[in-house]
Amino acid sequence: MTKLVVRNLEMTFAGPPPVRVIEPTDLEVRDGELVCILGPSGCGKSTFLQIVAGFIKPSAGTVMIDGTPVTGPDRKRIFVFQERGVFPWLTVDENIAFGLADLPRAKRTEIVARYVDLVGLKGFERADPQELSGGMKQRVEVARALAVDPDMLFLDEPFGALDSMTRLTMRSELLRIWQAAKKTILFVTHDVEESVQLADRVVVMSARPAKIRKIVEIDIPRPRDLSAPRYLELRDGILEEIGLAHAI
Amino acid sequence: MRPVPTWLISTIAVVVAILLWDIAIRLAGDTLIPGPFAVAKALGELAISGKLVRYAIASLFRVTWGFTLAVVVGIPLGLFLGWFRRAGRTVGPTLQFLRPISPLAWIPLAILWFGVGDGSAVFLIFIASVLPLSLTALQASQNVHFVHVEAARNFGLSGFAIIRRVLFPAALPQLIVGVRISLGIAWMIVVAAEMIAVNSGLGFLIVDSRNAGDRYDLVVAGMVTIGAIGLVLDTGLRRLERVPAFAVAARTSP
Repeated sequence: MTKLVVRNLEMTFAGPPPVRVIEPTDLEVRDGELVCILGPSGCGKSTFLQIVAGFIKPSAGTVMIDGTPVTGPDRKRIFVFQERGVFPWLTVDENIAFGLADLPRAKRTEIVARYVDLVGLKGFERADPQELSGGMKQRVEVARALAVDPDMLFLDEPFGALDSMTRLTMRSELLRIWQAAKKTILFVTHDVEESVQLADRVVVMSARPAKIRKIVEIDIPRPRDLSAPRYLELRDGILEEIGLAHAI
Repeated sequence: MRPVPTWLISTIAVVVAILLWDIAIRLAGDTLIPGPFAVAKALGELAISGKLVRYAIASLFRVTWGFTLAVVVGIPLGLFLGWFRRAGRTVGPTLQFLRPISPLAWIPLAILWFGVGDGSAVFLIFIASVLPLSLTALQASQNVHFVHVEAARNFGLSGFAIIRRVLFPAALPQLIVGVRISLGIAWMIVVAAEMIAVNSGLGFLIVDSRNAGDRYDLVVAGMVTIGAIGLVLDTGLRRLERVPAFAVAARTSP
C-alpha cells in the first residue's frame, strides 16, 4: 500500500536573492518502507524532509499521506532532530513521556517503560540528558518519537554527530526497532554506506537545487553482509552516480 | 596544609574592614562618619525600641508585594510576547523605552495616584522590577532553540501549552538570574520610596534619623541593616538556582 505521495514538489526560498533548493520532484513511499534520501550536504534534502513532515510549506506541489494532503506537523508522523531535540530540562523518562500528557498515569508509565527497554536505556530513566552520551540522547529522541505510536518517522541525519562505532551500533538498533515497530521511515543522510546498509530504496539526490537523480532498490536480504559482492556493487554504483571515485 | 575555607576568608576580610574603620575614626575623629561601636550601639538601641524589626518588616512587606506582583505579571507577559512574535514586536519597543527611565522618576506620579502610603511604595517597586523581568522573559523565550519548539509542535502542542511546557522551562535558568537582579533593584528602590512616600521602613529610618537631630549613627545603622537583608535575599535566590525541581510546572510525570 502507498503511504506517501509527493507530486511536483518545488521549493524556492524567497530571497533576496531567492534560492532554488528543490526542483520539481515526485516520490512514492510504500507503507512500512525504509527509504533513505541521499545527497551532498546542503543539497536541500533536509528541506525536502521538513516539507514532507509539514514544518515548511512548499512553493508548489503536493504532499499526500494516506491520501490526505499534509498541512502541518502531526503527532502521527514524528520528526527526529538528531540528539539536539531532547529537552534538556526533562529527565530521560520525562522526555519519552512528553507526547503522552493526555493519557492516564498508569498507561503512561507502562508505555515509557516499554520504550526505555526497546532503545536500551534501562537504568537511565531518571538521568538528565546532560549526563548522557550523544548516542544515548539519540535513542531518547527515537523512544520519545515511538512512544506516541506514529505511522511514520522522519530522521534527519540522526547519526551524523556520533562517532563511527556508535554510528554502526545505532544503525543496527534502528533496523531492529524498525522491524519490531513496523513504521514507515524516511531517513536523510549524506553517507552512501549508511544508505545502502539501511534502506529498502535509496533516493539519490543531486547537489542544490535538489532533484532525484536515481532511485536504487537495495535488494539485499537482511541481515546484510557488508562485504557481499552485491553490497559492494550497489554501493559503488551509487558512488559512481554521484561522481565520486571509489579509490583514495 | 588544608585550604582555608572561603567563608573564613570573607569573615576575616569583614573584621579587618571594621578594624580599619575603627582605627580611622580614632585617628581622624567621627565628624564625617560615626565609628563601628557607635553604629553597633545604635543598632542595639533600634532593636530594643522595636523599630529595627518593625521597619525591616515594613520594608520587606512592600518589596514582597511589589515584587510578587511584578513576577506574576512580568514573566508571563514576557513569555507571551516572546511566543506571539507580532505582539512582541508591537509592545516590546514600549517596554524598551520605559526601561531606562529611573523608577525614582515615577515618584511624583506614584504619590499623585496612590497618595502617601504603602500603595505608592509598592507601585514603585512594581515598576522597578516588572520592566527588567518582562524583558528578560521576552529575550529568554526568543533564545529558545527552534528545534525544541518544532518538536513540541510535532507532538501536537500549540499556543499556551508550548509556553508552559517549552518556553518557560527552557527560559527558566535565565529567568532565575533575572529574578535575582530584579529583586536587588527592588530592594534598592524601596529605600528611596520610603524616604519620600511613607512614614515607616528602613528608608524612612534613614531620613528621619537625619532630620530629627542629625543621628548619623542611626543613619549608618539603617544602611548596615539594608545591606544585611539584601545579602540574605540574594543568597536565598542563589540557592533557588540550584533547585532542579523548580521546573516542576513544566514536567510530564512518566
